[in-house]
Amino acid sequence: MTTMHAAPDKFHFGNLLVIALSGILFGLGLGISEMVNPQRVLGFLDVLGDWDPTLIFVMLGALIVAVPGFQAAKLMHKPFLAITFHAPSRRDIDPKLVGGAVLFGIGWGLAGICPGPSLVALNSMQSEIGLFVVAMLAGIFVHDKVFS
Amino acid sequence: MNNFPYLNALAGGTLIGVAVVLMFLGNGRITGISGIVGSVVKPEKGQTLWRVVFIISLILGGTLYPLLWGKPLPVEINGPWYLYLIAGLVVGFGTRTGSGCTSGHGICGIARFSPRSLVATVTFILAAMITHTLVNAIAG
Repeated sequence: MTTMHAAPDKFHFGNLLVIALSGILFGLGLGISEMVNPQRVLGFLDVLGDWDPTLIFVMLGALIVAVPGFQAAKLMHKPFLAITFHAPSRRDIDPKLVGGAVLFGIGWGLAGICPGPSLVALNSMQSEIGLFVVAMLAGIFVHDKVFS
Repeated sequence: MNNFPYLNALAGGTLIGVAVVLMFLGNGRITGISGIVGSVVKPEKGQTLWRVVFIISLILGGTLYPLLWGKPLPVEINGPWYLYLIAGLVVGFGTRTGSGCTSGHGICGIARFSPRSLVATVTFILAAMITHTLVNAIAG
């Protein structure tokens, strides 16, 4: 039985199991693809130097699965284990989107680390990664203070 | 050992693809790491447990990597500590402002054919390439 009313999703054991599996696969994927290594990412960004196309193959591998997966969702009424799909519906390009993407790109280009790999790289127990993650949380906190 | 040097990249990418599809078809949620991490800073009612479970599992994936892959997680640090401090701050602030990062916009958004995500992805890749090239030019 489903009601179309936006009832809050309840997370049962099955949901959490799928979420945990998704997280583990994501973390393993970042390790196997070496996107967890900032120097690999910087190699991709080094377009005028010794360019490393690895990141393109990672995106390709991810999209080969994700495009059919997300397009299939359009044919489904609801997810297997939840009430509704929660996907952003906005389609407008606003200055906040572009400005935020520019800022994120600057930070990503400085160290070669984005949010997912930063968390997985914590496993390497290097203080710079810990510092990055704490600073990232602070950056999120500051944003939410400024824009709320 | 590798006949095709980018095979690991393709394989790892495929696992990431499976992860985001599992999350969306199973639970109807976008696997946007910056958004999921953001809820740790600013919790939303009823949305904290699954996000914490995801973050712990994501980190656990990296813990399992050496056991399954037989070598340590390749994380090479190069640069002064304050580079990581500044980069972290800007990444946190920017992903929140731009509503996403490489996972949410770059993979999930593009797979959904979202025009916002396509614009964001092209923008942050170009900004990152320019930044890295400038840093290389200045720092040598």
